[in-house]
Amino acid sequence: MPKDGGIGAPTRRREDVRFLTGTGQYCDDMNMFGQTAAVFARSTVANGVIKSIDTSAAEAMPGVLAVFTGEDFVEVGGNPAGWLINSRDGTPMHEPKRPVLAHGKVRHVGDAYAAVIAETIEQAKDAVEAIEADIEELPAIVNMKDALAADHFVHDEIGTNQCFDWGWIEDNRAATDAAIKGAHHVTTLELVNNRLVPNAMEPRCSMAQYNRANDEYVLHTTSQNPHLTRLLISAFVLGIPENKLTVIAPDVGGGFGSKIYHYGEEALVLAAAKKIGRPVKWTADRTEAFLTDAHGRDHVTKIELALDKDGNFLAFRTETMANVGAYLSNFSTATPTFLHGTLMAGNYTVPNVYVNVKAVFTNTAPVDAYRGAGRPEATFSLERVIDKAAREIGMDPIELRRKNFIKPDQYPFASAAGLEYDSGNYDALMDQMEKVADMAGFEARRKASEKKGKLRGFGVNAYIEACGIAPSNLVGVLGSRVGLYDAATVRVNATGNLSVMVGAHSHGQGHETAFPQVVAEMLGIDPQSIDIVHGDTSKIPFGMGTYGSRSLAVCGSAVVRATEKIINKAKKIAAHMLEASDGDIELKDGVFSVAGTDKSVTFGEVALKAYIPHEFPLEDIEPGLEETAFYDPANFTYPSGAYCCEVEVDPDTGKVTVESMTAVDDFGNVINPMIVTGQVHGGLGQGIGQALLENTTYDENGQLLSASYMDYVMPRADDLPFYTVDHSQGNACTHNPLGVKGCGEAGAIGSPPTVVNAVIDALQSGGKNVTHIDMPMTPHRVWSAMQNA
Amino acid sequence: MYAFDIERPATVAEAVAALSNEDAQALGGGQTLIPTLKQRLASPEKLVSLTGVAEMKGISSAGGILTVGGGTTHDDVAADGSYKALSELAANIGDPAVRSRGTIGGSIANNDPSACYPAAALGSGATIVTNEREIAADDYFVGMFETALGEGEIITAVKFPIPEKANYQKFVQPASRFALVGVFVAKTADGVRVAVTGASNEGVHRWSAAEEALSKDFSAGALDGLTVSADDLIADLHGSAEYRAHLVSVMTKRAVAAAS
Ligand SMILES: Cc1cc2nc3c(=O)[nH]c(=O)nc-3n(C[C@H](O)[C@H](O)[C@H](O)COP(=O)(O)OP(=O)(O)OC[C@H]3O[C@@H](n4cnc5c(N)ncnc54)[C@H](O)[C@@H]3O)c2cc1C
Repeated sequence: MPKDGGIGAPTRRREDVRFLTGTGQYCDDMNMFGQTAAVFARSTVANGVIKSIDTSAAEAMPGVLAVFTGEDFVEVGGNPAGWLINSRDGTPMHEPKRPVLAHGKVRHVGDAYAAVIAETIEQAKDAVEAIEADIEELPAIVNMKDALAADHFVHDEIGTNQCFDWGWIEDNRAATDAAIKGAHHVTTLELVNNRLVPNAMEPRCSMAQYNRANDEYVLHTTSQNPHLTRLLISAFVLGIPENKLTVIAPDVGGGFGSKIYHYGEEALVLAAAKKIGRPVKWTADRTEAFLTDAHGRDHVTKIELALDKDGNFLAFRTETMANVGAYLSNFSTATPTFLHGTLMAGNYTVPNVYVNVKAVFTNTAPVDAYRGAGRPEATFSLERVIDKAAREIGMDPIELRRKNFIKPDQYPFASAAGLEYDSGNYDALMDQMEKVADMAGFEARRKASEKKGKLRGFGVNAYIEACGIAPSNLVGVLGSRVGLYDAATVRVNATGNLSVMVGAHSHGQGHETAFPQVVAEMLGIDPQSIDIVHGDTSKIPFGMGTYGSRSLAVCGSAVVRATEKIINKAKKIAAHMLEASDGDIELKDGVFSVAGTDKSVTFGEVALKAYIPHEFPLEDIEPGLEETAFYDPANFTYPSGAYCCEVEVDPDTGKVTVESMTAVDDFGNVINPMIVTGQVHGGLGQGIGQALLENTTYDENGQLLSASYMDYVMPRADDLPFYTVDHSQGNACTHNPLGVKGCGEAGAIGSPPTVVNAVIDALQSGGKNVTHIDMPMTPHRVWSAMQNA
Repeated sequence: MYAFDIERPATVAEAVAALSNEDAQALGGGQTLIPTLKQRLASPEKLVSLTGVAEMKGISSAGGILTVGGGTTHDDVAADGSYKALSELAANIGDPAVRSRGTIGGSIANNDPSACYPAAALGSGATIVTNEREIAADDYFVGMFETALGEGEIITAVKFPIPEKANYQKFVQPASRFALVGVFVAKTADGVRVAVTGASNEGVHRWSAAEEALSKDFSAGALDGLTVSADDLIADLHGSAEYRAHLVSVMTKRAVAAAS
């Protein structure tokens, strides 16, 4: 392995140097000659009919170059949902058009109905204020239950607020019902998976240029997947041919899912740049981010767990309402269904699972995948109801889980929710968790807390998730309208250094460090001589970007395949140079040698030969050393983990503090343990934020009450404990070349139920018969629960 | 932001003159006003920056009275230490950036119902000194964002009688970290004052029943059984009126226990 830099090395993230010294290049840092500013007119009401929009005064304002309304985009396409879901009765979901700018109706606060392009942002803002929009406010549809019962609709043309009514697996329904009916014990829990605002540090930004000379567009935009964005704009929305549109996602300051999707602002700046013949930039302010970034979660669920008299799980049955907001965002239909329902067997041998999900339109911001995307919702429902069941039947919560765990000799394991898990060892994770969390010392810590007048609780959780979102064949059967492979091109330059063009996009994940570690390991060369190129459709092969903890498992595998091709070809060149047959060539530490001899050439010499092919066997080998591979895996990967935490509750105020948090994860093989630890840390912060702090609240008029940091509580360092993160118990994924599983979302999936379970345990220890509190468990909610217990 | 002019007077007199224009507004540390302007929620024609007015800055102590210039930053009050409870309160306002810019005059002029300084001023029985007059804290805080200040009147100083014992307990609203409920307790030779911030739709106010009980017996136990009515308390997504009423008792007890 190359010194300090191969697989398994905790190499420091090279990209951090530019991020930490302020030399990163984010969209808004870039300025073009002749650039203009776009500002949007956004609805202040949640539901309203656009009677008229008079832009004449705005058009006459100083510096104004153009004003657009929904009228201007009637002829172009809508922004589509990427996943077709069929209802239980076989009918396809309702897919109302999502226009570039609202037309006819505004459907949520923040819905853009017009845009001004002006010389400066301030001029554009002034002109937006001069737009006279006559919007007749209608009663807002906010609450999902009310929406399903309502006789007025977010989208009048579909005549219902239900997008679909999905059953998974419909054929399991009767068996699940029967298992519950005949069970010794059934535990029921109603819960809310609270809506979250993604809050990427960098708000969205899009800047378009149009070149009249060759009818080409360049869009710089905050995206997690530039090719997907291009595809959506080209094939669905504006119809710009893909070969005429370059999409560049430069440094992007966090996404967490919210920057997977194509948004209307991207289409608007492209259309505007063509119309006025100058570059157009739009940068969201924080309020726009709150109001218009696709939110996450927002499920209301009833879950039942049936057990036999020994505590064996017989069935899980859930009924969920999933809020999709006012429009279908690109992954909004996949998230509450296939990324959620398929995980509803958890880590367990449970024979029956049935999941019903009703997706509901409301006059709120669109809801889509957010770190974990469907899997946190699944884990939360399962691990909360299991905890409640343990209490009800008087069994230790860890013992109950262990009793029902899939055992290591059962892989591959076909889960009752339709997935085939390839590998895992949940007992080993639990063993390790018990050890590193010093569970034995808990009772003493509880006593110490009680001495201070605090209630201490212990919470546990076991999760499994599906990562490496890919297998195109599988997702195609499940309704995906895109393939989910990824791609890499490895270009060995003549002087022996490498540029690796990847389809994955790095916006905090550390690809620029981790991917070179893989290539360096394979070639035995210095990782510093390898650079990753990503985020620019004119430079990289067609890849599907970064989300669903897929980058290393899918794109990393493509990198491996492309590097294997490089090695094959390089061996042929080396064989020619060494006058040997390629079968005898060995590659070690960056040197090709003929087995059993001292004849050798270095990797650098081979590279040079490839580009200066003098005396080259051109009839057998092409010059150059550059290979591309597309990789489409056979299955998802299945990371799993055992988490626990300890909390203290102040009984006087209801305030919860997380005293410790332990995450033991099976990520398969680990390429860079430091980056993996960092990813888990970030996920834990978000999970604790969801559990205790983040309270996205719309009032009954559809106004977002928590639309700024004055009311939306982001977790801060002093809200979080020091973490114990352990990934020593990896079981290699059996079907990708690196044996990796994905680590980006685990922390956000595993921690929320852990925290809630711990708070319930704390309250119970104080003699309070509280069995559930909805997230976020604010001091007020915890205190109220204690009053009512 | 909308466009505005800015003036930078060097004396209170110049500042007063500059503020005589109807659409002029004083600018202290800008920690409340600048975000408001950025959101286009205010459109003064002229800002009169008080930052350069030297006579409004600094802290002095004489005859048991601590005088804090109206332009003194939270950081400077935090560092002073001669009125411990006040310095501790200042040290817990906002974040380092806010404390290095924000001023006591700006905070007290703004009278946010969840702000900290109003509790200290009312709890200490302070006097608000302006370019025109001296106003007792009891007469100064009128209601939410409402004060006795007249048009263009400038807070030049706040005078705090230093009590025997005092303490401020803030239960933070977790997002803004202003007070969800904050209680300032001060014990003087004349009795005890208890000022509550964050809780009421009327803004900062005194809790007279607690003052009476504590004046007889300055101990947390003296408050046992005393409750606050939830009527007219603030209810929002961070807490109901009942919860705030409960917190007033809890925070008062804690302030008494911690007073020094
Ligand atoms: C992130 C953040 C966190 C905060 N947290 C807290 C907190 O925990 N507790 C808390 O109490 N506050 C908090 N604040 C508010 C902070 O203390 C402000 O500094 C203060 O409220 C206003 O003071 P300023 O000097 O910045 O005034 P400015 O913002 O400049 O002005 C505020 C208002 O007062 C007027 N004004 C300013 N100075 C004077 C004067 N000398 N005489 C008359 N009128 C004047 C202005 O015209 C304006 O109307 C926070 C603010 C921020 C941004």
